[in-house]
Amino acid sequence: MKRTVRTIIGITLALAVFFGALYALTRLVAPKYAETAVEGRLVREYYDEQTPHDVLLLGDCEVFSNFSPVTLYREYGVTSCIRGSAQQLVWQSYYLLEDTLKTETPKVVVYNVLALKYAKPQSEAYNRMTLDGMRWGKAKIGAIQASMTDGEDFLSYVFPLLRFHDRWTELTKEDFRYWFKNAGPVSYKGYLMRTEVRPATETPIPKPLEDPHLPETSMAWLRKMAKLCEQNGIELVLIKSPSIEPYWYPEWDADVRAFADAHGLRYENMIENNAAGIDMQTDTCDMGQHLNVTGAEKLSRWFGKELQDAYGLKDHRGEAAFDADYGALTARYEAEKQEGN
Amino acid sequence: MQFTSWAFLLFLAVLLPVYYLVPKRMQWIVLLLFDALFVCAAGTLGAVFMLVTIGTVYGAARWIDALFFRQRSRIAAMKQTHTKEERKRERLRFEAKRRRVLIGCLVVNVGILFALKYGAAIGRLSATLFHTRAFGSELMLTMGISFYTFSTVGYLIDVYRETIPAEKNPFRLALFVSFFPLLVQGPICRFLDLKNDLFTPHAFSDERFLKGSLRIAWGYWKKLIVADRLLVAVKALCARPDVYRGGVVLLEMLLYAACLYADFTGGIDITIGIGEWLGIGIPENFRRPYFSKGIAEYWRRWHITLGEWFRTYVYYPLSVSKPMRALSTKLRRLGTGVSRRVPVYLATMLVWALTGAWHGSNPTFLVWGLLNGAVILLSEECKPLYARFHRRFPRLTKSAFYRGFTVIRTVLLLSSLRLLDCYSTVGDAFSAFGSMFTTWNWNLVLFGGIQSLGLKWTDYLVAGAGVLLMFAVSMLQRKGPVRERILRRGPVIGVCAILLLVGTVLVFGRYGFGFDAGQFIYNRF
Repeated sequence: MKRTVRTIIGITLALAVFFGALYALTRLVAPKYAETAVEGRLVREYYDEQTPHDVLLLGDCEVFSNFSPVTLYREYGVTSCIRGSAQQLVWQSYYLLEDTLKTETPKVVVYNVLALKYAKPQSEAYNRMTLDGMRWGKAKIGAIQASMTDGEDFLSYVFPLLRFHDRWTELTKEDFRYWFKNAGPVSYKGYLMRTEVRPATETPIPKPLEDPHLPETSMAWLRKMAKLCEQNGIELVLIKSPSIEPYWYPEWDADVRAFADAHGLRYENMIENNAAGIDMQTDTCDMGQHLNVTGAEKLSRWFGKELQDAYGLKDHRGEAAFDADYGALTARYEAEKQEGN
Repeated sequence: MQFTSWAFLLFLAVLLPVYYLVPKRMQWIVLLLFDALFVCAAGTLGAVFMLVTIGTVYGAARWIDALFFRQRSRIAAMKQTHTKEERKRERLRFEAKRRRVLIGCLVVNVGILFALKYGAAIGRLSATLFHTRAFGSELMLTMGISFYTFSTVGYLIDVYRETIPAEKNPFRLALFVSFFPLLVQGPICRFLDLKNDLFTPHAFSDERFLKGSLRIAWGYWKKLIVADRLLVAVKALCARPDVYRGGVVLLEMLLYAACLYADFTGGIDITIGIGEWLGIGIPENFRRPYFSKGIAEYWRRWHITLGEWFRTYVYYPLSVSKPMRALSTKLRRLGTGVSRRVPVYLATMLVWALTGAWHGSNPTFLVWGLLNGAVILLSEECKPLYARFHRRFPRLTKSAFYRGFTVIRTVLLLSSLRLLDCYSTVGDAFSAFGSMFTTWNWNLVLFGGIQSLGLKWTDYLVAGAGVLLMFAVSMLQRKGPVRERILRRGPVIGVCAILLLVGTVLVFGRYGFGFDAGQFIYNRF
């Protein structure tokens, strides 16, 4: 009897040490996205939000680089948040919306349409940046299942050690620094600030399209997104942000416009309609792919006004909770901006 | 379903509780159902071929059994009424009938294996010779067919020889043929060895479970940490015989030796471990082969079941067959040495040719088999010379140094022959081997060359440590099974050993995204 108890205790201890070690190893080898490839932190930072949002922006780098929620609040009192990530695919945006709706219902959802060109999952690394940051739930499971590329398996999302186990050969100081410590925020409600100026020197030359239309798979996901918004009383706004690279084809533009017309949605092509006054000589940080902070503020100033006028969004300035939240955020925002300049 | 896939682990995780929770008399049925699932998951074509094998072998074995029964009844009835001569004639008539049934069934089953293995090669040859379109495809070779065909052929011959009675229940025979752990890369089992364990009820035993788990964990360790890692470098080296020459070929030989050992023994460890989980004893296929002091000894310790199969069902029957005896008699006038040797040599070379052919349709395998046979026969011929050397230098030949020398010599010899397995043409293999003596490029091996083979220095470090551990375990095995020594220290130590192996596989194993899901090398045979 005594021996059996000793055996049970011994095995339990061994298992506890084993799983403890696996947990520690998982934390060590999983990418931290704290100092390098910080885009990988954007999706998870949403869960640290303290106040609700009237506007939710979804999409790829063209949203997290090009819109500044700080400006939207400062100028119009519009509360917003970006749930953007690198090469965010349309079904990922859909599931991020579903995930957001679990905790809040924004009045307006803005979706950047560039990723509609992708009918299939593209890159495992980008998948990870979007999906690893999502909280577990039906939405995350759906997003993973829709996004897996060949060679990926669901289990590795549940146990990241199965995916990142070989990173032990490339561990850096960053991995040890944030082994058990959470990195501070890298974004401003999903906005990733870039301060440098690298003017666009060339006009992008489009390659001929094999199929002039946007893939039906993507459009089906967009339809699902429109339906979800409708069911929740949310206004869906489609945008093509002013980034000129990669090239946005007129054929694709026509498809999105037809979709918007058919569903009674607003579609704003900001390359075509440069009412914000974006100047690709001064407002871009990488030759037209993304806007720098000057460009993002310029664009947000114009877009905030459009949103407020069109959807009557409430000015939350003066409300204590929002002022406190945005006050702290703005201080950090300005500090980084100064540092960058 | 590969052993290294998550699907397979899930398959085991479902099988094990179901196997032990159902009434014990149903265990073999559960196993058969899971076998069917495993076979179907590998492809319906494979399942069809397997059904053909099961059906034909079952029918032929029962027919042969019935012929024995009828023969005995008939002879017994003839005892009073017929002469001895007439009874003998009747017996021979029945024997001939049985032989026809046996040969007919062998033709069908070996024919399927031959067609699948050589179909593509014959198609290519006919296209070259007759300028027709090539037919057949390498992909047609279905999982485990080489292994289960040999097992069933063995079973049929055993029934024919009356070593065992024919199995009456076709589903039981189906279980023997389709037993899933054996389908990936053997071992080639005899019905006699498995029958009791397969159909006897088993109660769950935690001791057996721990033992099996330790073996399985060790198998995965060897496969995922050592074999799959080294295979990357081996593949890179084999792909460019024009570039990697000289000293690099020696490196390739050694890497492939370690890789193949870790891969094949790792797979067999997993197979035997699963057998232990289910209470089914699967015969060992290796006995520390790289500790052999000669090539004949090596072949008694490497892929033991294949060697035994060829000895039992090809070599011995062939050696004592009528044509061989006739040949021996004819050669008697050339001396007893010649008349004794030639049939043995012929049988040996034929067995080795078949062993080579079993490995694949590429001529490199045939040459590999024949060279193995030739080296074995040469060693046999040199035995008196060795004996004289041993008598002349007794202290030297008993020393550890000499033993070490013979072991290294055997490993190098085998590794040289294995170059034929690495390259796609015999010419490339010989040219690579020759270049070791003509191209002096050790700087390429030692400085930077190995970095270009798709592995990082950390990979070499891990693989090196893995090889050292495998070597250490083999050394310890000389004093008895290591697993039993670990488990004798109590279940907690056993669990710790398993967790340590699993933990290191999880961290250092080559699996998951970005790595090729590595099938076992022997699975392609």
